[in-house]
Amino acid sequence: MNKVYPDARSAIAGVKDGMLFCFGGFGMCGLPEKSIEALRESGVKNLTCVSNNAGVDDFGLGLLLQQRQIKKMVSSYVGENELFEKLYLSGELEVEFTPQGTLAEKMRAGGAGIPAFFTPTGVGTKVAEGKEVRQFNGRDYILERSIRSDFSFVKAWKGDKFGNLIFRKTAANFNPLAAMAGNITVAEVEELVEIGELDPNHVHLSGAYVQRIFHGRNYQKRIENLTLTE
Amino acid sequence: MPILTRDQLAKRLAQEVQDGFVVNLGIGIPTLVANHIPKHMFVMLQSENGLLGMGPYPTRENVDPDLVNAGKQTITAVKGAAYFHSADSFAMIRGGHVDVAILGAMEVDQRGDIANWMVPGKLIKGMGGAMDLVAGAKKVIVAMQHRDRAGNSKIMTKCELPLTGVHCIDRVFTDMAVLDLTPEGFLLREVAPGLTVDDVKHASQAPLRVDANVREIALEG
Repeated sequence: MNKVYPDARSAIAGVKDGMLFCFGGFGMCGLPEKSIEALRESGVKNLTCVSNNAGVDDFGLGLLLQQRQIKKMVSSYVGENELFEKLYLSGELEVEFTPQGTLAEKMRAGGAGIPAFFTPTGVGTKVAEGKEVRQFNGRDYILERSIRSDFSFVKAWKGDKFGNLIFRKTAANFNPLAAMAGNITVAEVEELVEIGELDPNHVHLSGAYVQRIFHGRNYQKRIENLTLTE
Repeated sequence: MPILTRDQLAKRLAQEVQDGFVVNLGIGIPTLVANHIPKHMFVMLQSENGLLGMGPYPTRENVDPDLVNAGKQTITAVKGAAYFHSADSFAMIRGGHVDVAILGAMEVDQRGDIANWMVPGKLIKGMGGAMDLVAGAKKVIVAMQHRDRAGNSKIMTKCELPLTGVHCIDRVFTDMAVLDLTPEGFLLREVAPGLTVDDVKHASQAPLRVDANVREIALEG
């Protein structure tokens, strides 16, 4: 077994035009920034990208938008990106707005072998259009389909060479879920350790969900909205 | 002109929070509610990206890019806080483990429907976690101005904007009044100081029933 890759470029080998990718990250927090840079360099295009947000103009998925590599986004909130607005309004970019909790569950369930699920979120709204509605215990629920990706790109704080991952604070967000949903999951970590060095009690995501791992260096960890106490 | 200030409204809203509550506060007026929760109460604030136990904004030395709230602002965590991933966070929300969600709205109606995520013809930014929150929190409270900037009522017979959720609102707090949602529609419970019941009725597009014990909004205590 060798899951360890020397860098992002080698770890993303096999990505092809037209694929569906899931990404971890919430805004700039916990973003797989090294994999995104490598995807930009690879020039792969016509992508469907499942990610809670769409980055900002010059960071995160904004980098792939700049080069028109993304055909469709599946996201819950995209308000932080001017280029996104432009591409969306001109029809160059397709967007499927998905409630945040539904998006998280689509990835989790996809990774858990559950192809669809009923949720109360979005009943009676635009989100419910065209979806099956069923009543359980007197309440309406809509049927949402789960997601499996060709590749998922996630970022963790620490990982071992089997791919066991530990996340830090709110940088976990969508990362474990995107990892579960990936047919091939590429994890980038700030610290890569030998097998046996992580306390099994502290592992957040088992290496069973991770096919490739690499040590990322010099993280920018941008702050989107610096707010200080007076 | 709003009758109650945003801060007065937040102060009244804080009275809805009880000791031991798990609370999710939206952006805008709801965020201000945190400033008015009495210090002797143990209340956990939820941030839907994956934190229960949100604290104040950090000092410059304590800024951590790995610790942000649902508005992507840098924050801190309080003693007793827990981090979790977004599917766990929304299990908490959707599964009824959040005692109260307080959020803003563009329109609410007498059926308990809410619209707060898109305006046709304007750029859509997305619903974020709002649809999950209104569908799942045990109690859903709306905090907003009674009328929009053009003076139109946001208390509607039927929402005209695309909906965020249906039959989900329990209570509405505005700068003019406190209204409960009942099977018969809006019930006027409290009126801002200096206003009459008729003032509130005139400012509302939907019909209001008036509670037998209607009183002035209490801003002290």
